[in-house]
Amino acid sequence: MTGTPVLSLRDVSKSFGPVEVLHGVTLDLRAGEVLALIGENGAGKSTTMKILAGYQPATSGRILLDGEEVTFGSLHEGEEAGIVMIHQEFNLAEQLTVEQNIFLGRELHRGWLLDKARMRRLTREYLDRVNCHVHPDTPVAKLSNSDKQMVEIAKALSRDARVLVMDEPTAVLTASETRTLFERVRALKAEGTAILFTSHKLGEVAEIADHVTVLRDGAVVHDGRAGGIDEDGMATAMVGRDVSDLYPAKAGMSGEVMLRVQGLDVPGQAEAVSFELRHGEILGIAGLIGSGRTEAMEGLCGLRTASAERIEIGGDAVTIRRPSDALDHGLCYLTEDRKLRGLLLDKPMWENLTLQSLEKFGGVLIDRTAEERALDRAISEFDIRSGRRDMRVGNLSGGNQQKLLLAKVMMSEPRILVADEPTRGIDIGTKQQIYAFLRDFAASGHAVIVISSEMQEVIGLADRVLVMRTGRVAGTLTGQEITEDAIVRLAMGLGAAETERVA
Amino acid sequence: MTTETTNTRPRRALPSMSVLGPILALIVLVAIGASLNSNFLGAANITNVLARSAFIGIIAVGMTFVITAGGLDLSVGSMAAFIAGLMILVMNAALPTLGVGVPIILLGMLVALLAGLAAGLLNGFLITTLGIEAFIVTLGSMGIYRSLVTWLADGGTLSLDFGLRTFYRPVYFDGILGISWPIIVFALVVIGGEILMSRARFGRHCAAIGSSEHVAHYSNVNVNRTRLLTYAMLGVLVGVATIMYVPRLGSASASTGLLWELEAIAAVIIGGTVLKGGFGRVWGTVIGVLILSLIDNILNLTDLVSPYLNGAIQGVIIILAVILQREAKAKG
Ligand SMILES: Nc1ncnc2c1ncn2[C@@H]1O[C@H](COP(=O)(O)OP(=O)(O)OP(=O)(O)O)[C@@H](O)[C@H]1O
Ligand SMILES: [Mg+2]
Repeated sequence: MTGTPVLSLRDVSKSFGPVEVLHGVTLDLRAGEVLALIGENGAGKSTTMKILAGYQPATSGRILLDGEEVTFGSLHEGEEAGIVMIHQEFNLAEQLTVEQNIFLGRELHRGWLLDKARMRRLTREYLDRVNCHVHPDTPVAKLSNSDKQMVEIAKALSRDARVLVMDEPTAVLTASETRTLFERVRALKAEGTAILFTSHKLGEVAEIADHVTVLRDGAVVHDGRAGGIDEDGMATAMVGRDVSDLYPAKAGMSGEVMLRVQGLDVPGQAEAVSFELRHGEILGIAGLIGSGRTEAMEGLCGLRTASAERIEIGGDAVTIRRPSDALDHGLCYLTEDRKLRGLLLDKPMWENLTLQSLEKFGGVLIDRTAEERALDRAISEFDIRSGRRDMRVGNLSGGNQQKLLLAKVMMSEPRILVADEPTRGIDIGTKQQIYAFLRDFAASGHAVIVISSEMQEVIGLADRVLVMRTGRVAGTLTGQEITEDAIVRLAMGLGAAETERVA
Repeated sequence: MTTETTNTRPRRALPSMSVLGPILALIVLVAIGASLNSNFLGAANITNVLARSAFIGIIAVGMTFVITAGGLDLSVGSMAAFIAGLMILVMNAALPTLGVGVPIILLGMLVALLAGLAAGLLNGFLITTLGIEAFIVTLGSMGIYRSLVTWLADGGTLSLDFGLRTFYRPVYFDGILGISWPIIVFALVVIGGEILMSRARFGRHCAAIGSSEHVAHYSNVNVNRTRLLTYAMLGVLVGVATIMYVPRLGSASASTGLLWELEAIAAVIIGGTVLKGGFGRVWGTVIGVLILSLIDNILNLTDLVSPYLNGAIQGVIIILAVILQREAKAKG
């Protein structure tokens, strides 16, 4: 059953300065239908969505609402028309509470005063609808990324949207949160809402979409019913080449121990974490969100207060108190949060690229020419696509920010790389490149630790998997033992007998 | 060859208005001054303006680093007064043993530098290690130093011994090749500051911390140490400014250095440094200082507007500068 188009783009183009990023995009959102817009990093998905929702004006072309041409003068008019957008980047006020955020700009009043009781009741209701169990009084800054996203979704769903636009809503969600979201999406669909969504997880696209539109370099290259294209077909249409071999071959044999961690404690977050990492190895760390994976690794790398019985790198005992100690020993951490911890969004690419390793660019004075050369190399090695070379990093597409972050971390020439969610928000073609990069890096005498919430990534990439649960190592899996089932059991604390065997 | 173009203009990403704005304002002021008074462009007046700018200027260069790194220091004016008082007391006390001569001047300078360093480190320590808001800490130390100097002077004026004063005077009034010492020192501080800010690791680190403390921390920037250094550096520069200032009047009182902190902060902001941190430029600060002193100078030279309105005009300029900054940011 296909509904009538509610919101359409006709031949829409968009330029930022001299650079045109969308070339004549045409698409239709229909009532009761989920349209998936997919494409590589920087293909123009977010830009298309922002134009649809009235956050950015198109340079040329028309926007049709119920068949009538409209121009949204402001965000407000988009909202008036019943168009709600969830941004790729969090759009919550960090200092405000969950409740204040949900009602931001449309606070309920009773006479002159705020109707706190009703807002509280509704907030609870909205959060319950998406199975989100945060307290309405918690400041948003204190929430985990996935909770923030669920709050954002709860907020959007509370607005009785006719059109719901979601830009990579699942990038930071866990599998079960994604399921909850999709249940809500199906319910909204049944009520006749038109939904536009994007994701780099093509399995999700296949699961939820009715219609798939593929963008490549700002132009529509495929447009058709979801039934007419499978995951491989989508990947090929997006990237322009075959990407069925996503994961490189595993190492098989690994060398001697490179990093040995014994009894690592991070107060309140992780306890008695012990493991070994060998030359040439990729060690995966799996676990639920909140299992202390990130905190343990940040503690190891001197980024937060931690203590350990013993840490050995290359056979020598070392003490790591601050990030510079870790870097001195060739241990480097790639953060999962590129916006808040990874990149200076207001600065250009070169300034970000070299920040962590400025000492490599001249003793007293910084060699700007060398910095530019480094940026040239990074752009070609990591395939960073930006409109202009000197634009602020905040304007890069999400995936290209992630590539820049990886390039920045690699500038410090680590021997042991701890990569926390290295492919979050990255398109499938680039994922393949990053996996190959990590494998080559490990194979050339280094070692890699990959923290990932994407089960397939851990299984496909890691030689060995460490599963964490409530701040402790729940078990280690090797070779054939690495299965989704085994990881889930350890992560959830089932099958203790098995745990003891492997640990 | 993108490399070359970017190399010659590393901050090309910035909208030109925020670069041109202060320069244009300065040119307009010079033109106004020249048309209103024929002595305006005379060597005597130019030297006078520059020499008076030097004190605030030297301090404002340090302030540029503090603000770029996301901090603020309200205590510099009273710190200068306190250091001046201390210097005078120490020199007067050492007079019987050392006598009038170069050693006693050097002692006074050393005292000023050390006192500035200590005061800066104290501010920095409270702000970074103890994590107290910079505004609060320096508001507190501003009160403390002001009250200490009043107490040292017993409510009146501390005066340098007359013989010493005569001996010390050339440090303000003399110079090389007709350029007086304060101007020379100011120029050196500016050149050093500009290089440090735009070409050295320290400046990059300051800007990184100012734009995001978290990102800086995760990028192996020692946030606390860098911040502490900005305050220490500012303290030392306050000491340097005081060394130049004391020979001018030879005394210190409760009203020495009054409102210097506001003039220094205003100069920094007019010059295009972002008040909430993350971006700073020393050459802009110099222009900011010159703009402020030119306004003062023009009002004093002409009778167009009462010099009592100086503060009002400066206020308008500061607000305009911030509006310009915001427009530039919205466009970029
Ligand atoms: N404000 C802006 N100024 C300049 N260029 C911009 C701006 N916003 C986006 N761009 C450029 O437009 C292009 C498309 O970006 P967009 O964010 O739409 O990509 P995307 O398909 O959403 O990618 P991703 O999957 O990485 O999120 C990119 O090359 C990006 O650098
Ligand atoms: Mg996007």
